[in-house]
Amino acid sequence: MTIVLADAQPARHPRPSSSDTAIRTEGLTKRFGSATVVDDLALSVPTGSVFGFLGPNGSGKTTTIRMLLGLLSPDDGAVHLMGAPIPGAARQVLPSVGALIDGPAFYPWLTGRQNLWRLDAAGPDAPRSTRSTRIEDALARVGLSAASEKKFKAYSLGMRQRLGLANALLRPLQLLILDEPTNGMDPQGTREIRHLIRELAADGTTVFLSSHLLAEIEQVCTHVAVMSAGRLVAQDELGALRAKATTIVRIDTDDTDGAVEVLRRRGLDPRVEGSQVSATFDGGRAEDLSRALVEHGVGLRGFALERPSLEDTFVALTGEGFDVAQ
Amino acid sequence: MLLNELSTMFRRRRTQAMLATLMAIPIVITLVVRFAGGPDTGEGPSFLSQITDNGVFAVLAGLTVTLPFFLPMAVAVIAGDTIAGEASLGTLRYLLTRPTGRSRLLATKGIAAVAFCVAATLVVALAGLVTGVIVFPVGRITTLSGDTLPLAQGMARISLVAVLISVSLFGLVAIGVFISTLTDVPVGAMAGTLGVFILVGVLDALPQTSGIHPWLFTDHWLSYTDVMRTSIQWGGVTRNIGLQALYVLVFGSLAWARFTTKDVLA
Repeated sequence: MTIVLADAQPARHPRPSSSDTAIRTEGLTKRFGSATVVDDLALSVPTGSVFGFLGPNGSGKTTTIRMLLGLLSPDDGAVHLMGAPIPGAARQVLPSVGALIDGPAFYPWLTGRQNLWRLDAAGPDAPRSTRSTRIEDALARVGLSAASEKKFKAYSLGMRQRLGLANALLRPLQLLILDEPTNGMDPQGTREIRHLIRELAADGTTVFLSSHLLAEIEQVCTHVAVMSAGRLVAQDELGALRAKATTIVRIDTDDTDGAVEVLRRRGLDPRVEGSQVSATFDGGRAEDLSRALVEHGVGLRGFALERPSLEDTFVALTGEGFDVAQ
Repeated sequence: MLLNELSTMFRRRRTQAMLATLMAIPIVITLVVRFAGGPDTGEGPSFLSQITDNGVFAVLAGLTVTLPFFLPMAVAVIAGDTIAGEASLGTLRYLLTRPTGRSRLLATKGIAAVAFCVAATLVVALAGLVTGVIVFPVGRITTLSGDTLPLAQGMARISLVAVLISVSLFGLVAIGVFISTLTDVPVGAMAGTLGVFILVGVLDALPQTSGIHPWLFTDHWLSYTDVMRTSIQWGGVTRNIGLQALYVLVFGSLAWARFTTKDVLA
């Protein structure tokens, strides 16, 4: 018999209503010729979350992002940003959405500052009076002030990425969509981006982050969605998603028989290797298990829960090696 | 947005180089006629022979020489680049998500390309005027009918010629912008536009296709010479303007229909 102890996992929020979601898609589908690139996608990105969007190469992430922003028209389904339909309400909604899509892109013959000026002036309702200040602020925020007078063609990959971020940060944002923001960045730059994302999230901006760096997603994201072959295979809070994969309890003791007895009594199926006793450990509190072991007189040299990394979870969900993940 | 578009376009080295080349043509023509030219044999393009008598004619000579090829080529480059150029740079996705409405972006791009036609014609005209006035005498202007007009009136006629030549290029701009919405490769759009221009030129020269000649956008391109007659013949000029307007309407609509429904993958 399985004794279910108190739930160690964070409680799942109830499914948010439309006003609580920064991004919501229903049945979103896109075909290119006979290939269905995005298939019946139902994304739900809670307002204020830092949402990691994972998936191997060609799983439809960038196509999804392009549909979110009205660049591609879906063959089926609907997109809502902040509760408003896209592309119908694009003009009202997109000014408060910053985006870095499929890498930065600018005019090579203009300087960094001129590029930002051009792109800011291209939008509606961008107050001209504050443009200079907003551009300086955005440049400073991504650490590019010193290079703002250089032409874009002279920028390194990391500087281009920074300018792309500055472009996304030109206006007060409700939602920031970042596609591979740390591409080509050095470790210092990567840390700065992470800091920036946390800062924005603290201000209440929802951040939608697609990255191939799982460690990065693990460090900054509160929620994760995983795509595979155009379909959503998982979508949840980070902790909940990770807990879905098997956790292993590993006990190092000289009293292996005692440990095995305690574990069996709790409905677990222990294995013994030398002084190590291990078992699949789902849905229990580690504190209770360790107390039970001690009360039974099992001397503990080591007691560890091995949580699967997000990478293990990712591979388990997509059935693909991480090498091809993007 | 338009000012922004214009400053982006004119800050580009390529735009500047094309304008510089266009500027050099009337200057070179004028200087060649001045320093290397013997007595005129009457074989050169019209207006060329008159430069020596009146420097102001360098404007007309410059425009006449650039109209058959250099101006259309420059226009094909600019118009072919409008949408395809943004797509190939990737800036199209950032403009559209700012958001810049697709109709607004297309209109801005089209107007900027038209502004380039005006700028290109103006550069040729001004370069011809300045060089001509410096190296040749200036006086009353002889019309194609053989009379002479006072300088001021003649200059007004010549300015009108420059305006009409810019307008003659609008149809080609519309075709170029439409082709530019079909591809993400700007060079392809430029070559396509130039190809259409050459094809139309060939069709306009073949007697067998005379039935469609009135509908070819180059058919009335030379109507500007009518302005240089003592009493202006408006027929060809009006037909030319009407034809350019028709091309702008048709290809502008096609470009709009294509661009506003296009999936942006670049």
